[in-house]
Amino acid sequence: MSDKVKVILGVIGADCHAVGNKILNHAISAAGYEVINLGVLVPQEEFVNAAIETDAKAILVASLYGHGEIDCRGLRDRCREAGIEDILLYVGGNLVVGKTDFKDVEQKFLAMGYDRVYVPGTLPDKVIADLNEDLK
Amino acid sequence: MNNVLLIDFGSTYTKITAVDVDQEQVLGTARGITTVETDIMDGLNQALAALFAKTGELEFNKVLGCSSAAGGLKMVAAGLVPEMTAEAAKRAALGAGAKVLKVFSHELSEYEIAEIAALQPDIILLAGGTDGGNQKVILHNAGMLAGLGLDVPVVVAGNKSVAPAVVKILSEKLTEVRPTENVMPKLDELNIEPARAAIRDIFLRRITEAKGLNRANKMVDRMVMPTPAAVLKAAELLSQGGGGEKGLGDLMVLDIGGATTDVYSIAKGDPTVGGVTLKGLPEPFGKRTVEGDLGMRYSAGALLKAAGAEMISRYAVVSPEEVTAYVAKVEADIDHLPQDETQAKIEIAMGKACVRLGADRHVGQLVTYFTPMGTSYVQTGKDLTKVTTVIGTGGVIVNNSEPEAILKGILFDETNPQVLKPQYPEYLIDKNYIMAAMGLLGEEYPAVAVRMMKKYIVKK
Repeated sequence: MSDKVKVILGVIGADCHAVGNKILNHAISAAGYEVINLGVLVPQEEFVNAAIETDAKAILVASLYGHGEIDCRGLRDRCREAGIEDILLYVGGNLVVGKTDFKDVEQKFLAMGYDRVYVPGTLPDKVIADLNEDLK
Repeated sequence: MNNVLLIDFGSTYTKITAVDVDQEQVLGTARGITTVETDIMDGLNQALAALFAKTGELEFNKVLGCSSAAGGLKMVAAGLVPEMTAEAAKRAALGAGAKVLKVFSHELSEYEIAEIAALQPDIILLAGGTDGGNQKVILHNAGMLAGLGLDVPVVVAGNKSVAPAVVKILSEKLTEVRPTENVMPKLDELNIEPARAAIRDIFLRRITEAKGLNRANKMVDRMVMPTPAAVLKAAELLSQGGGGEKGLGDLMVLDIGGATTDVYSIAKGDPTVGGVTLKGLPEPFGKRTVEGDLGMRYSAGALLKAAGAEMISRYAVVSPEEVTAYVAKVEADIDHLPQDETQAKIEIAMGKACVRLGADRHVGQLVTYFTPMGTSYVQTGKDLTKVTTVIGTGGVIVNNSEPEAILKGILFDETNPQVLKPQYPEYLIDKNYIMAAMGLLGEEYPAVAVRMMKKYIVKK
């Protein structure tokens, strides 16, 4: 493996939206990170196991189909059991169904242990800037 | 002739069951008052005298015992995340037949260590971290437990990589430290059998001695296990069969006592309808839960609080004031038994409330989510809607004229369809009170135990 900082990327749960995943993969790789892309339909334990195996510094979770809340809940606890409690957890996409104030969504996911929560329509540059900042 | 005597040293009564193994018959049952403080043999001799008065003098080829005397097997469990290894540790302790005083999670503080010392557990189960996972917390907790100031046996069932270090830290201060397999070796994988076996082993060798039960040794060939473990064993045998004798399939057992309500389920509990996703920690096939606030005597006040006077009065068709008054009477005098029809109705309603709440907490739940892709269902815990047999045991059921009225508290409730309780069960009553005894007998004669349970645990 290279000396590049590794991050895990994937679309969680039963969600198979693949396009954004590919774009993020390209953009974050181009920014100098080694992206371990788990693709779509990724269960929580795969994120955790991949992070342990690769000593990744961040897990980037995407969810587009509105199931985000049930799929994402508990991921921080799994990281704790697995000994990677300090890993960065980012999440973004269409996290809930219907018109919900994003502030509420953000609060909910922060409470679930995520470090950053992205509003729909966020560009990869923002995520990369945050990674650079958080991993300084 | 092949007679076996099975003894249950309970906290109040010593209950004995004499069995003729060749004839597969219960020769008789009797009980005496348990006296752990002075001589455990007193209660046993009392029971034997009562038995022989009915059956005449008997000789026994074998004598097996189980016990919940002197508070039973009291344990404290510690893990990392409350819903993960801490829960897994709790389930291992409950499955071993322990009374779980408290479950701790994350790094133990000095306050919590003081609390554990005050609780005076018989055994501590220390877990935390998957294999290859978190090491820090269990190491920290080992250091804290080493400073407990009590010489309590500790079963270590956490991350395998640090198990030797954990054992070393604990062994500097404690006499008995037992490493065993991780209760949760991988995320979402439960492995409680090895910890259960280690707990049971320590119970047999050490705890029976500490509780004075070894004084019964001149009479008892073998103390086999804590009483709740014997009931669990009996339930597993009756469900799964044994020694070539077929079992009854998925079942539940309700044991309502004075202080607690124990609920057992022997079933996989997989979803029974399509399109359901399972979430959360996997469930043990043979599962036991204990509700310390649901009981008929010592816990009558707590039951009133948990159920509310309304629920009990609705079941009994009396006024809430009458319920409150009766519970106060029972609390003031725990030997009080129903004196009239109203009190008898309240007693049945209290039992039904124990069953209802105990089952609600034991079974799984189904949550509905509405998504762009349609309705989606997530199940946590066991789906027990298709359980076919529900067995009642414990004083209030065995000694009641309407045990089915009490057991009906277990029924699936249309107004609470997310609680996955049995829909169409058949009710069987352990009217001779032999379940714990059959669990003991099953250790050596599994097929006989299964056949005898089929014969003696029947419809009222």
